[in-house]
Amino acid sequence: MGAAQQADTGTSGSGAPASPRPQAGNQAGNPPAGSQAPSSAGNSAGVLRNAGVGPDEAVQLLDEHGATHHDATFSSYIEKLDPDVLRGFYRDMATVRRFDTEATALQRQGELALWVPVIGQEAAQIGSGSAMNKADYAFPTYREHGVALTRGLDLADLLKLFRGVTNGGWDPRETNFHLYTLVLAAQTLHAVGYAMGISRDLVADPTTEPAAVVAYFGDGASSEGDVHESMVFAASYDAPVVFFCQNNNWAISVPFEVQSKIPLVNRAAGYGMPGIRVDGNDVLAVYAVTQWALDHARSGHGPVFIEASTYRVGAHTTADDPTKYRMNAEEELWKTRDPLARLETYLRAENLADDAFFEQVKNDGDELAAHVRRTTLALGSADIRHKFATVYAEAHPLVAEELAWFENYEASFADVDTENAQGGAA
Amino acid sequence: MSTMTMAKAINEGLRAKLANDPKSFLMGEDIGSLGGVYRITEGLKAEFGAHRVMDTPLAESGIIGTALGMALRGHRPICEIQFDGFVFPAFNQITTQLAKIRTRSDGQLSAPVVIRIPYGGGIGSIEHHSESPEALFAHTPGLRIITPSNANDAYWMIQQAVECKDPVIFFEPKRRYWLKGEVDTENSPGDPFKAHVVREGSDATLVAYGPLVPVALAAANAAAEDGHSVEVIDLRSISPIDFDTVEASVNKTGRLVVAHEAPTFGGIGGEIASRISERCFYSLEAPAIRVGGFHMPYPVARVEEHYLPDIDRMLEALDRAFAY
Repeated sequence: MGAAQQADTGTSGSGAPASPRPQAGNQAGNPPAGSQAPSSAGNSAGVLRNAGVGPDEAVQLLDEHGATHHDATFSSYIEKLDPDVLRGFYRDMATVRRFDTEATALQRQGELALWVPVIGQEAAQIGSGSAMNKADYAFPTYREHGVALTRGLDLADLLKLFRGVTNGGWDPRETNFHLYTLVLAAQTLHAVGYAMGISRDLVADPTTEPAAVVAYFGDGASSEGDVHESMVFAASYDAPVVFFCQNNNWAISVPFEVQSKIPLVNRAAGYGMPGIRVDGNDVLAVYAVTQWALDHARSGHGPVFIEASTYRVGAHTTADDPTKYRMNAEEELWKTRDPLARLETYLRAENLADDAFFEQVKNDGDELAAHVRRTTLALGSADIRHKFATVYAEAHPLVAEELAWFENYEASFADVDTENAQGGAA
Repeated sequence: MSTMTMAKAINEGLRAKLANDPKSFLMGEDIGSLGGVYRITEGLKAEFGAHRVMDTPLAESGIIGTALGMALRGHRPICEIQFDGFVFPAFNQITTQLAKIRTRSDGQLSAPVVIRIPYGGGIGSIEHHSESPEALFAHTPGLRIITPSNANDAYWMIQQAVECKDPVIFFEPKRRYWLKGEVDTENSPGDPFKAHVVREGSDATLVAYGPLVPVALAAANAAAEDGHSVEVIDLRSISPIDFDTVEASVNKTGRLVVAHEAPTFGGIGGEIASRISERCFYSLEAPAIRVGGFHMPYPVARVEEHYLPDIDRMLEALDRAFAY
């Protein structure tokens, strides 16, 4: 299928689209005169140059066979990395995959209302999340479990929403990881606003720690108007924000071709910001381009658009059934591009990790899964009194009146409950 | 004490807030050099700079969505939506995001965003420029909605809106922008969410807000000529509604008429009628009666005088109440 081929990340041969498609490079990718897109360039993704990116182009530093590739702009970001960091990438990707399996199991066992699997997108999330500084801020969709891990959340917190005990689950200010947002693309505007707020703070107090924001969204959400408006605002105000689009090729059951006729990254030029297309299953490339983009944004040069080409290997959610709309062959193709397998191959080939390391990662993952299960099953119910208390920040007479009514109503059952209890005992 | 128009009073209120709260700033379409299409922000960009009075791209969802993001960072955005009928592109951001962030975060986050919206008809304008969408927002938990009817309230309530920790929609009755009144810049009229009895009476209670308060006062004066003593309440706050003040009045007068420009069906008047019927059942001499717009999209300017509640429509409603 075209969707799968389109996102092919560099190996030639399988990249011809099934349907005729104009060459993006000659079409929408040409920025107008005066575009802010940098003219430096000449990398494999072709994205920092002023022409569009072809459907098969993407920055790739580690291919699906575990072989490394050099990139003039981005290789420098990983060459200096300590082997511990590389092993950490693997550990984090394996951890979130194990977590995902456990959460899916919990849903199947009736312990969660719904689960949103992340399998297949681990590199896009661990790579981008790891590139962020502590002062940076992430605005996720509802699938950024890997990013949550890199921000230091207890992953068990993510399940509270899906168990129906809260619509949040953590204090975003502790980890600079905002709450999940289910209304697609709404968070991209919040991300830009937060970034504009950072700029305002820098104006008011130049000693403010420079920071940037990552706005996560997907190929489906890219069609929402809020993504457009967020990019307009970000470009107009040079907001320090990185738009990180995980193009996983499927918006529930609708293939990417319905959202866009061109690689999404080519839209960046239209907003006057640099765009980078990256192999989203290559954690090294994702880390490198996100670091580049965050540096760019943090140093006052405005927003960047990254399109990470990846694949939703699992279902959209546990309520979804991909067999109704896509071919098994496509899933099998993408499994050969697995983000974990290629890094494992690389780490072993370079003697950076041995069997003991991988065994340890597996055991740690099992331990985390057990922790997540324990914590989730131990979650109490929610208290509607707490919901009354959090509608408004300041006192509100209607809420107070309805709470008082509710308390009286509940209390009116007390006698009945007592009688029932006594009746049962007798 | 000084005399000024409501437009000037809002302008002065914004100026005072910008001066004493460095985290506050204005954002909206054409509010900078132009001073807004109604000149409410006139002179503020020159005084405080483009950084504090931001002209935004022409995108209402973008205005509210980025305002929420800036509020999460600790800033105090005061947004202008250019006209009532143009708030709908931002409806999603207001109702699913802004209104809910407090409860979604279990009370950890708050979004002190102010949204100024000129509203209401009677100015002979083209479509989408004369609407009264307040009930749509009042139906959304998490929002507060206030609307001044006079210059003094306008001066104070806009500042109180900015000080509030919750999101506040500040509906400005655009046909009263040029209504002059005394403004006391020293003494606040108090809680912005409390209704004011603006004319005392003993035979009926006439509740109005925003643009219809002067009409209600005129109707009460006309009724007095017929020997009816009508108490007029300026609601001031549409969410929450100060039912206590209305209840006390109706317990005294025994009759209730509620007037607003918005269509009566599903509107604020129905909510007040229902609550007061419960609270004042044994005091009521007549059913609560609503005066409002018809169940039609706001009509063309040539016929809006037939749509908008005026003195005679209010008197007709009062007569019906007195007939019981």
